[in-house]
Amino acid sequence: MRDYKEILSPKILGLKPSGIRRFFDIANEMEGVISLGVGEPDFKTPWAIREAGIRSLEQSKTWYTANAGLQMLKTEVCRYLERRFGLSYDDKHEIMITVGGSEAIDDCIRAFVNEGDEVLIPEPSFVAYHPITVLAGGVPVAIPTKAENHFRLTPEELRAHITDKTKLLVLPYPNNPTGGVMRREDLEVIAQVLRETDIMVLSDEIYAELTYGGRHVSIASIDGMRERTIVVNGFSKTYAMTGWRLGYAVGPAPVMEQMLKIHQYAIMCAPTTSQYAAIEAASSCDDAIASMADEYNMRRRLIVDGFRKMGLECFEPEGAFYVFPSIKSTGMTSDEFCESLLHHERVAVVPGTAFGESGEGHFRASYCYSVAHILEALKRIEHFLQGLDK
Amino acid sequence: MDKLLKILYENARLSNAQIAAMLARTESDVAAAIDQYEKEGIIRGYRAVVDWDKTDRQFVTARIELKVTPKKGQGFEEIAAAIAQFDEVETVYLMSGGYDIAATVTGKTFQEVAMFVAHRLAPLDSVQSTATHFVLRRYKERGILIKDDAVDERGMGSL
Repeated sequence: MRDYKEILSPKILGLKPSGIRRFFDIANEMEGVISLGVGEPDFKTPWAIREAGIRSLEQSKTWYTANAGLQMLKTEVCRYLERRFGLSYDDKHEIMITVGGSEAIDDCIRAFVNEGDEVLIPEPSFVAYHPITVLAGGVPVAIPTKAENHFRLTPEELRAHITDKTKLLVLPYPNNPTGGVMRREDLEVIAQVLRETDIMVLSDEIYAELTYGGRHVSIASIDGMRERTIVVNGFSKTYAMTGWRLGYAVGPAPVMEQMLKIHQYAIMCAPTTSQYAAIEAASSCDDAIASMADEYNMRRRLIVDGFRKMGLECFEPEGAFYVFPSIKSTGMTSDEFCESLLHHERVAVVPGTAFGESGEGHFRASYCYSVAHILEALKRIEHFLQGLDK
Repeated sequence: MDKLLKILYENARLSNAQIAAMLARTESDVAAAIDQYEKEGIIRGYRAVVDWDKTDRQFVTARIELKVTPKKGQGFEEIAAAIAQFDEVETVYLMSGGYDIAATVTGKTFQEVAMFVAHRLAPLDSVQSTATHFVLRRYKERGILIKDDAVDERGMGSL
């Protein structure tokens, strides 16, 4: 037997598998587990979108598309961004269609990062920024955010982490897992810091349609920031299209041109069927977005209320579809809490530490579940907490 | 307050406190609104969706299509009311199309339902004809799937 560890890249060997997956692999082996774990909508993709995909198959539209995506889709996405967020991008040179938002994040980080460049990542946040930065030879620099600041990035925290090696700031808002959002006034002060530097922004806006206080504001719409920002978004969360694997990036043409090369060589083009379906999504499904967001909002209030009533401190999420309650009152670590909860009550939630060290003392619960399911999970968690008190 | 109705329509067992949390309103607000809906007859009742096939109760349902002669000045109201007053009748609808009234009738056995139609419905004044269609299996009842092995296929890949 060969020792593959001797042969494989030390860089890859050094990557930790996602903490979420590790946890779910345990949960999936157990009977009777009820989960608040998944990060994908429980809604079905709206029928009109599925039908558009089916129609494209009936018409044998089964070839590669242009590398950057179908022109009609790029046009519709640009119209959508203008209509919903006041962002204007040229539909020929400033947009590319990718395999989910994930690929766009990868393309963007790889396009900017040189060996040793630092990438600022507010945490807790999505698990992929860190390893992708490492793969690109960069150095991930976590900026811990705090519940008392609504998990927003503050200009002081940003400034304190900037060095002359800082290349890129990831701005993951609305945030997974905290539910934090950056309002216009929060972005203005961040922009003020950034405008004095050459730092670029990777704004991951995949949850842009899921905000519960006011409309999402993109940093690209703040003065002087469009030229410094790559906006990443996608269809997965907005239209319940996770399995279609479709996202996009918009930004300055010279950047898109380079990102497109990575996409070309690694991917060729995003799935053709998904692109045809997405034309329907971007052009005609604003109503579906609204009704799903409305439903999430009711569940959000219910689950926050539930956690608070059982005595857990719980930041009221302002976006995405997660809550991030504090378990500091139990004296347990996130890992201990989640493992114990899983074994005693068979409820799967994700330890906060899966989203960075600053997630310690929290867990993430998703509300992509029916009201009845959420209530059953809350009941079990409450029972678990009562057991701890004894 | 349409959202309240929507919530109750989907799950009438939620407590007022839970509904209040979902709608960001007070509990007494919700209670008052429900009272009002009940008074106005917008909410007509609350019932469980039961899968009788899983119990030992014998339970047969049929959908009856009735052709009737409307009465002068009364239209279909009188005959509809006459059909609706039987305990065996679960729903009565006035229909467009090939027949006039659709009724759902329940009983213990096929025989019992058939007899009910023959002896109670068919002889009613103004009923011209009936057609009885028995329900063989339920797949979905009032928006709820009658299914045991529903599996959540999500979460296999999400990070």
